[in-house]
Amino acid sequence: MSAHSKWIQIAIVAALVAVLPFFFPSGYYYRVGALIFVNALSVIGLVILIGYAGQISLGHAGFAGIGAYSTALAPEYLGLHPALSAVLGAVISAGVAALIGRPILKLKGYYLAVATLGFGILVSLVLTNERQLTGGPDGMAVPELGLRDLLRDMGWRLSGGEFWYGVSGIVLVIGVWIALNLAMSPTGRAMRALHGSEVAARTVGIDVARVKLQAFIISAVYASVAGSLLALQNGFITPDVAGFMHSIEMVSMAVLGGVGSILGAMLGAAILTLLPQVLTVFAEYEQLVLGAIMISVMIFLPRGLLPSIAAKLKGRDE
Amino acid sequence: MSLLDVQGLGISFGGLRAVNNVSFSAKAGEIVSVIGPNGAGKTTLFNMISGVYLPGEGKVMLDGRDITAKRPDRLANLGLTRTFQNLQIFQEMTVLENVIAGFHLQERGALVADLLSLPASKKRAAEAKKGAEELLARVGLQKAAERQAGNLSYGALKRLEIARALAVSPRVLLLDEPAAGCNAVETEEIDRLIAELAQSGIAILLVEHDMKMVMRISNHIVVLDHGEKIAEGNPETVSRNKAVIAAYLGTEEEAADADG
Repeated sequence: MSAHSKWIQIAIVAALVAVLPFFFPSGYYYRVGALIFVNALSVIGLVILIGYAGQISLGHAGFAGIGAYSTALAPEYLGLHPALSAVLGAVISAGVAALIGRPILKLKGYYLAVATLGFGILVSLVLTNERQLTGGPDGMAVPELGLRDLLRDMGWRLSGGEFWYGVSGIVLVIGVWIALNLAMSPTGRAMRALHGSEVAARTVGIDVARVKLQAFIISAVYASVAGSLLALQNGFITPDVAGFMHSIEMVSMAVLGGVGSILGAMLGAAILTLLPQVLTVFAEYEQLVLGAIMISVMIFLPRGLLPSIAAKLKGRDE
Repeated sequence: MSLLDVQGLGISFGGLRAVNNVSFSAKAGEIVSVIGPNGAGKTTLFNMISGVYLPGEGKVMLDGRDITAKRPDRLANLGLTRTFQNLQIFQEMTVLENVIAGFHLQERGALVADLLSLPASKKRAAEAKKGAEELLARVGLQKAAERQAGNLSYGALKRLEIARALAVSPRVLLLDEPAAGCNAVETEEIDRLIAELAQSGIAILLVEHDMKMVMRISNHIVVLDHGEKIAEGNPETVSRNKAVIAAYLGTEEEAADADG
């Protein structure tokens, strides 16, 4: 990937964020758009972990949970501003990722999948059971960011949906920029190298354990920030954010769109966020149709939507 | 003084004695070949020297320093690296990027600089790219630089692996069957490349089945059979050694046993 293609990809994402609202029939779509951006953000984190470094995680919702509950808990118990609480959540997620990543990243393939799965379940159990702190399964309220009021005082009136669409969109563009920077950087190259062949990566001096851990920590921060954004824009949070289903959803989005590609992963996030809304016309068959679509994509476009389609358009490479 | 000193290396897998008490040494600029019939323990020996396997006993010294059982990435940092019998290429990367990845030790730096694409990070990557282009030219792959590595021919991939290993700036380079599966022309190219590398002062350790090539370019040959060193010396001495001939062709007694 060249520097050229990096700026094209960033421009595509920025343009989409800016232009989409002109096609929104109602204010409700800002909410959906913001949700897509938040999901896309956490999926980009997984692209770094799965697509670049070749490691799997079925527990990344755990980090989303840490990010989400930080914005609820830190303002209440530490008196922190919600924005700073989100930063604190990211720092905690990075710390936790560093701590658990060291031992579990020694595992490979499905062993790693099960270990990360365990981590996700652990976080979700703690959030569900520490009732006096988190409100348990009923969830808890998340304070306002306050920025919207500030903008209103400056004479810029935005609805909640519009505001969070903008904030999520900006954070997403930054997230895309960072992920693309990483892809072409020495560290990103080391990640992709160990994905290709760990034993060869070692012989050129790559500290495989360290680079895997870096990918794990970065992806945890992405999930955490996405969790914080979700909590802040909903103003409310339940342990579902850290649940097993959310982890699976994140991996599905990444794989469906194309786990090697940032834009593909975003497409996956968009489709799997929108489909359930569209498929409500199928009523009780919604999950069935969703499952069938995913199976079909994986059978007919095994590398994921965007990379498979791009390859077909380009024709066979040499 | 020898650059690489292998002292009494041995390893067992379960009850099988794969390599037993093997010692030899290599000087800078020397080509040392390890030969022997299939299953003699050549690759196992390489795996122990290059830190892939933990030796059961014995020592590996690099320039007087004990490097036994150090991790391969640490060994690369100390100037010892290798290629593989069954290719280990970063298939999804371009040819050029494979070699840039070889410059990891030079191009690595602060993670934050990489995430934010700071000038320091770009500078490191640009320097590595320049070095990689030079190495590709050296192994004759400059035209294939932008192709995806997985699409290259077998012989070209063998040279790509050597270029990537050279990016580490090794003092000792282990080549595990660099000419396997190559045609005569490709073998000759690799042959010439290895001689050049030795001339530049790198100690080359070679496992190779192409005996013509081994006899032509080696300064020193170590012969293994059933995990033991049965002979060593210059190509002439080794090729006339009775134990070596027996290991490769079988003795008359064995032939008689087989017939009976």
